[in-house]
Amino acid sequence: MTLEAFADTIIPGERRWPGDRAVAGAATGGGAVASGALDLLVSVEGGMAGMLDTLAVGLDDQATEYARRTGLTLDPAVPPFVALSFADRTALTSELVAPAHPEQELWVALAMFSVMAWDTGAAEHTVDALAAGHPGLVQIGFTPPDADGLWRFPNFSYGRVLAKSHPDTTPTGDPA
Amino acid sequence: MTTTDSTDVVIIGSGFGGSIPAYRLAAGGARVVVLERGPWLSGEDFDHDFKFGSSSSRAFEFTMGDGMNVLGGNCVGGGSVVYFAAMPRAPRFTFERQGSIGKRLWPSAVHRAALDPWYDAVAESLPITQNDWPDVTYSGGLWAAACNHAGRTANPVPAAIDKSKCTNCNWMMSGCRFDAKRSLLLNYIPAAVEHGAQIRPLHEVQYISRTPDNGYRVHFNTVDEVDYREVTGSGTIDAKIVIVAAGAVATPVILQRSEEALGAMPSAVGRHFSGNGERLNTAIVNEDKVREVLGLSRPDGKAYEAYQIGKGPVAASWDKLDGNLPEFSRHSLEQLYFPPGFGTILAQVPDATGPSWFGLEKKEILRRWQSWLTIFIMSEDDNEGVFGPPPPTGNGDRISQQLLSRGALRYRPTENTLAGWERADADVRDILERDGLSRVMPWTNDPIGAYTVHPLSSCRIGDDPETSALDDRHELRGHPGIFVTDGSSVPAGLTVNPAFTIAALAERAVPGIVEAAAARGVPVRYVDRPPAHATSSRIRIPLGV
Repeated sequence: MTLEAFADTIIPGERRWPGDRAVAGAATGGGAVASGALDLLVSVEGGMAGMLDTLAVGLDDQATEYARRTGLTLDPAVPPFVALSFADRTALTSELVAPAHPEQELWVALAMFSVMAWDTGAAEHTVDALAAGHPGLVQIGFTPPDADGLWRFPNFSYGRVLAKSHPDTTPTGDPA
Repeated sequence: MTTTDSTDVVIIGSGFGGSIPAYRLAAGGARVVVLERGPWLSGEDFDHDFKFGSSSSRAFEFTMGDGMNVLGGNCVGGGSVVYFAAMPRAPRFTFERQGSIGKRLWPSAVHRAALDPWYDAVAESLPITQNDWPDVTYSGGLWAAACNHAGRTANPVPAAIDKSKCTNCNWMMSGCRFDAKRSLLLNYIPAAVEHGAQIRPLHEVQYISRTPDNGYRVHFNTVDEVDYREVTGSGTIDAKIVIVAAGAVATPVILQRSEEALGAMPSAVGRHFSGNGERLNTAIVNEDKVREVLGLSRPDGKAYEAYQIGKGPVAASWDKLDGNLPEFSRHSLEQLYFPPGFGTILAQVPDATGPSWFGLEKKEILRRWQSWLTIFIMSEDDNEGVFGPPPPTGNGDRISQQLLSRGALRYRPTENTLAGWERADADVRDILERDGLSRVMPWTNDPIGAYTVHPLSSCRIGDDPETSALDDRHELRGHPGIFVTDGSSVPAGLTVNPAFTIAALAERAVPGIVEAAAARGVPVRYVDRPPAHATSSRIRIPLGV
């Protein structure tokens, strides 16, 4: 739940059900969580799986500390990071991924997996993800493939001269 | 498992720096073995798929450093399999660069005119062809039209792509499914194999030692084809000549690790790394302005919305490739495509009120992804990268099964480099923000530091032993018989895509290597005929291991 809340801070989405606590509902359309961020994080290929429990504990510790210094009272019914509002999750995450933070590398890695889940759907085959209406790929407008699962764009060019070439261009088309 | 073997020439790495000598030495009669760390992929192995474990992660290595991150090839064919095939020659002035040391960085024997015949040889061998305007994709056309609107020029970029086979699918970073991209899998590598060269994939070289007969012993691990972290065996192979061409983030590491066995390395091994002054800007295009201001529209009525369509970079601004400008103020600006994931994470929201590279506003610009235009800056950096002590194996500690590792490269951009980036960013803005065409932001360096897809100079040629690890024949100083022919040998950033120059330098180095091999008793002569062109990359060759 904590990792979901973090992924939702990176690419926010709409709540999956009424009362969804991990996903804050800060944006329309599915976000990183609905796009399979957790599936990607636990994938054997990714190399993050072994660290996830530690990362979740770390995030909650950071949230507890954040609440203490900002005077927030956290709802004990959910993990501390989840208990933060979307604005506070965003403020804390900004601190964690900043160059000055000693654990920046860990949190940036977690953020990168969240972005990739949304706009590549890398936990599943892209053709399958698109066919299933993968939220991120659909929202970025990723064009579906041909029937054989491969992409081809027969129309690709404005087809006309659009600028003068550099006057020193060589006969081979290179810079002089 | 331990194997011992011997041959005339061992080549470490199968990118441009490895495959070119592999072909020419094998054709000339030498016994050649190429050890390649990555897998041997071809044809239908090249997936149109973002899934982890597809060719998009199998064929790559993303090596994270301290302040510099490097994306490079990790497969037979090396960078040529995953590159965008943009092949401009380096401008004349770049060979005269002095960096910040006040004297010419390149050896006196190497300048543009001296390299042109070798460029010609590569151009014929791949081959490289000029693009014309009907070949220029929507995104390249948009960039060219914007340059023109700003009173600037723009050029279609020469490329190693077979236009008749290209589908403009823009998956070429995962390898070309249609064999339209003229990677080394279609020319030098099959020609090398035809002449008896052995290519051994999944062989990761660790270090080099000496043999009693004044030759060299190359020590390698074999790695699992799915999980590259898993070592499946080890062995050695003896040779009279060793060519190190493992790429600019691996070659210096292998040599550093070899120091204990071989003796002191030149001080420039693992120093002077350049990221080719690279940097990216992403523009979020105003579709209405594209139509109104530039007069562009597609047959389907859209003005642009075509970021996904194409074949990498096809149009570039070369106005600032001007030898009259001072160093660190020259750059090229090339339109580029990067797929989602790698190509989106560091892009920043223009006028962000909250976080610029993640969060609510980032999601909004991602929803306009088809209206993105990415501009690739190649400028002049200051060769400020330095490699720390090598990791236990390979060139980095592997984090994921494939793709991701952490290396020992440290990079802190100097004021020269930062000023060059700033000028180039301003240049992009000047062109793309005119009359409301778009809003542009450079990619952020905050999360991971700088990045490059063209690592260079970590073991460079030169005349000065203090600042160059190799002499002008690419031989490692103090270690006769060891040559370095990959991007690490290029003395400094080139202001353009470097693959063509790396290839031309490798071609230029071959006669000297032939001479050295012959002097060591290898029955080899120099062969200047170009490699035969294969029509398919899908040739499975007995590996002879």
